[in-house]
Amino acid sequence: MDNIIDISGLSKEYSGKKVVDGLNLSVEQGELFGFLGPNGAGKTTTIRILTTLTKPTSGTVLINGIDAAKDPGKVKEVFGVVQQHLSLNRDLTIGENLELHARLHHIEAAERKKRIADLLDYVELSDHRDYLIDDVSGGMKRRAMIARALLHRPKLLFLDEPTVGLDAQTRRRVWDLIRRMNREGATVFLTTHYIEEAEALCQRVGVLHHGKLIAIGSPLELRQTLGLVAVELQGDGNGTTYRYFPDRAQASKFIQDLPSSERVIMRASNLEDVFIELTGQKVTGD
Amino acid sequence: MIDAYSILWSDLAALKRRWPRYLLTTLMSPVLYLVAFGWGLGRGINMNGTSYLEFVIPGIIALTSMTTSFNGAGTRLNVDRLYFKSFDECLMAPVGLPSLLLGKALIGVVRGVLSSVAFLLVAMLIAPHIHISLPFVIGLLLSCLTFAFLGVLAALLARSHEDMATFGSLILMPMTFLGGTFFSLSQVPFGLKMALYALPLTHASLFLRAAALDQPLPWTSFLVLMGFFFAFLGGGMMALKRMSV
Ligand SMILES: Nc1ncnc2c1ncn2[C@@H]1O[C@H](COP(=O)(O)OP(=O)(O)OP(=O)(O)O)[C@@H](O)[C@H]1O
Ligand SMILES: [Mg+2]
Repeated sequence: MDNIIDISGLSKEYSGKKVVDGLNLSVEQGELFGFLGPNGAGKTTTIRILTTLTKPTSGTVLINGIDAAKDPGKVKEVFGVVQQHLSLNRDLTIGENLELHARLHHIEAAERKKRIADLLDYVELSDHRDYLIDDVSGGMKRRAMIARALLHRPKLLFLDEPTVGLDAQTRRRVWDLIRRMNREGATVFLTTHYIEEAEALCQRVGVLHHGKLIAIGSPLELRQTLGLVAVELQGDGNGTTYRYFPDRAQASKFIQDLPSSERVIMRASNLEDVFIELTGQKVTGD
Repeated sequence: MIDAYSILWSDLAALKRRWPRYLLTTLMSPVLYLVAFGWGLGRGINMNGTSYLEFVIPGIIALTSMTTSFNGAGTRLNVDRLYFKSFDECLMAPVGLPSLLLGKALIGVVRGVLSSVAFLLVAMLIAPHIHISLPFVIGLLLSCLTFAFLGVLAALLARSHEDMATFGSLILMPMTFLGGTFFSLSQVPFGLKMALYALPLTHASLFLRAAALDQPLPWTSFLVLMGFFFAFLGGGMMALKRMSV
């Protein structure tokens, strides 16, 4: 009963094509959950359903125990979202975009002012508060969207590729921010194509492929199912092949038996290995 | 209600940044109509005792309230929804759908009233006899409300920017020239007259003209316009409810 998200039998069809296919998934209160999957897997569609923007073809969604289809108004008070695409009003300044959001969430004037100033400070946009959206860089827009999503202190945060297009420092800063929000009690539901981001942040990840959940567990658990040690064989001509082993001893034994001409790298496996093995394709950025 | 104001607040913030240019562009076509039809074409014409100029000015005001309210609400919402995608954020806020609908329509009303009043001031320089009474103001407000909600409805139904343009040329354009702005309905054949009575702008023109010329007020037209208002309001609610697909 401590699940903040409960998805059962969720499907979404677009002109007969199943984009989300019988999804069952629960996320516990306080979790930092990573939702991975190749382009077109259905991650954004799932988030749009969870945030009441899209109606599912079938299945139910409970957010904080409330049926999203029956009482969308209540559900909207629970979450905050950073959408994958830009969704700022480009006729307004950064500050005005935040203020509109705060007003629509009924935050009263004095508190509104304070929170906006604090958050802009945190995402280092204080100097750009009065800039129109078109006059700031892509990364700044993204940071403004993150600040906006946090304004009403949601219990549940959906972050759909929140760090796309951010420089390395800013990305780390956003990671810190996400961890901080999570420590302070917010549940985070994050999608990303940077697998190392999921590995660094998430306690649990789920992998979506063609609308179906094909794996779920902690990064370590998922690596264990594959093997904690990876061996890369860089053969000539036919690209690199990968083999996985439960421990170094077995990996070493495998390498000793190889012809000496092969170039070999032994390393710890990572979540990206798991992802590629599961989805059968390299993740393409963006 | 407070939510509707919040949305209006944001649209006003955007408008404030460019209101001189806004007023200038919005005055352009009504003033051109006034010059071309009022002064140029209709100089010698007499309409049942009033000059054509005095006849046409209230019509142009009705027309202005239609175009600016429609575009003020509709085009804004269309851009917010399909281009900025910022309307999604409003949809995800804990705000009732009626407030959302009203909030998005209000900027159309504001723009419609601003433009109509600006044009009225210009027109009064040429024709000081225009009679601005309470019914005139109420009629103008109702007209702005009706067409602002029509704009919202169109923007909610549109799937692309082209849809919006199509709507403009299929619905607004014919009304512009046939909606009782430039000629009196008593002069047209019966069949056409009936068709023209089906246009909301016709009723806005009839009512505003009678009020401006201090003639007996056609309350039927007022009621019909109100009917259109409720129809567009209801249509907008339904479109908003079904919007997420
Ligand atoms: N409104 C729509 N109409 C038709 N098809 C859609 C619509 N929205 C999404 N789709 C389809 O649904 C599939 C999943 O899209 P979705 O955006 O959920 O993927 P994603 O996992 O978020 O991918 P990415 O990693 O590229 O963001 C795609 O094949 C897409 O073409
Ligand atoms: Mg996506």
